[in-house]
Amino acid sequence: MTAALRYPRLLALQLRVSLTTAMQYRADFVVEGLMSVYWVSWNLLPLLILYADRPSVAGWDFPSALVVIGWFVVLRGILEGAINPSLVDIVERIRTGAFDYVLLKPADSQFLISTARFAPWRIIDVIGGFVILVIAFARLGRTPAVGDLAAGGLLMLAAVIVMYALWVGVVAASFWVVRLDNLTYLLGALFDTARWPVQVFRGAWRFLFTFVLPMALMTTYPAMALLGRIDVTTALACVAGALALAIGARLLWIGAVRNYTSASS
Amino acid sequence: MSLRSTARAVPQLLRTGLAETVAYRAEFVVWMLTTTLPLVMLGLWTSVAADGEFRGYSSPDFVAYYLAALIVRNLTGSWVVWQINDEIRRGILAMRLLRPVHPFVAYAASHVAAVPLRGLIALPVTVILLATTARDSLTHDPLQIALILPSLAGAWLLTFAFLFGLGCLAFFIDKSMALLDVYFGVFAVLSGYLIPLSMLPSWLPTVARWLPFRFMLSAPVEVITGRELGAGGAAQLVALQWGYAALILALALALWRAGVRRFEAVGG
Repeated sequence: MTAALRYPRLLALQLRVSLTTAMQYRADFVVEGLMSVYWVSWNLLPLLILYADRPSVAGWDFPSALVVIGWFVVLRGILEGAINPSLVDIVERIRTGAFDYVLLKPADSQFLISTARFAPWRIIDVIGGFVILVIAFARLGRTPAVGDLAAGGLLMLAAVIVMYALWVGVVAASFWVVRLDNLTYLLGALFDTARWPVQVFRGAWRFLFTFVLPMALMTTYPAMALLGRIDVTTALACVAGALALAIGARLLWIGAVRNYTSASS
Repeated sequence: MSLRSTARAVPQLLRTGLAETVAYRAEFVVWMLTTTLPLVMLGLWTSVAADGEFRGYSSPDFVAYYLAALIVRNLTGSWVVWQINDEIRRGILAMRLLRPVHPFVAYAASHVAAVPLRGLIALPVTVILLATTARDSLTHDPLQIALILPSLAGAWLLTFAFLFGLGCLAFFIDKSMALLDVYFGVFAVLSGYLIPLSMLPSWLPTVARWLPFRFMLSAPVEVITGRELGAGGAAQLVALQWGYAALILALALALWRAGVRRFEAVGG
């Protein structure tokens, strides 16, 4: 079987396992759905309060800010549904040596680890986020132009890649510093800053969230592209940044696996 | 489990807790750094207030509010729900029950032991920032300043007792960790952690004023920043807070008693 066929099939298999597990807890669907609705309103509350009194903040009016937060909710759904569940227990596997079993399997270790577990119910967040995006554009009274939609789609893809690369990078780092197993939590907490447009932050903070921790790449720029407010150079820089991060994470992973000396007896 | 044997055990429990905290200092610092919500909100609101006061809050007011919230949150943080859940699930709780000290005291001691290090990490930077950028938004009333410590202690006890009770629910239901998420969601809104209570829409501020969550975070923050309070108001607030703490503590301990009766140690 060629690799081109093998990996999609493997992915489908891993997805099916996760789905079967999730189906065993069907009641969770209702609970998680309600929780999603609650958290989305929770996220919107500060914005609702803020825009009740002010027409705009840092150049963002209410519908435009909704685009950012809608995409933030989608990304968060992807993070908690497809990225975090797999990566969260890998540190434990490195510590105990159970990571050996992953390396023994005849498939790429990063692929196997990244697809090990999904949380299918998080699809509710993804749908909820897109609903917010639709509401935002309804409030703006227009649909995004085809070009903006294409650019937005591209930057959204780049955002997902950036997020995945960051998380894999942190996990790869845990091969060296096994003790820091809560670094992904820290990254998750920092990701919370991406819920506001980056222009809200000033000076050093904005620099930090754009270049050091690319939160702007993840939410602000895709939203700006959808709104037709981004220039070509910035968009291209985003894509280039995403590719660079992806390559960097891959290299880090390869280096980490090479450095791995089993902890088991 | 006499009072005297407990009193004798507490110093050693505190020493053990401190040693644990020092041993896991790296994780400890990372955990504290995950408390980013007040800073995220601070970023938003100072940006808003740069164009003029927002509902009576100027930019330094917001700085004072959220830095105080950050301090309170860091000093009152608790992982007891996670602890109890884990120990019930793995059966380790059986060992704890054998010891001649009430588990509430043991858990509380390990939490108290972490407070000095938490303070050491959280306080210097935040206090300097408060003193330099938000001086005028803090209280200057000496009586009110004297009440800061009691209000922090009350917030700690109330939070800990509440979460201890929440942890005890693991005796009765399987997925009680999910409740922690629900708790945090409600707490964040009704304690003033997300936004100052007075800024909540319609009837929410009135409800929030009388629910226990306010006394977990907003109360000490109000005492520190001194908004519309005065020493008398602050004293009233702290008295109510300690009343709530006693009430919740009694409920949590009752829940513990009922729960332990149902406990069957799993594993060895």
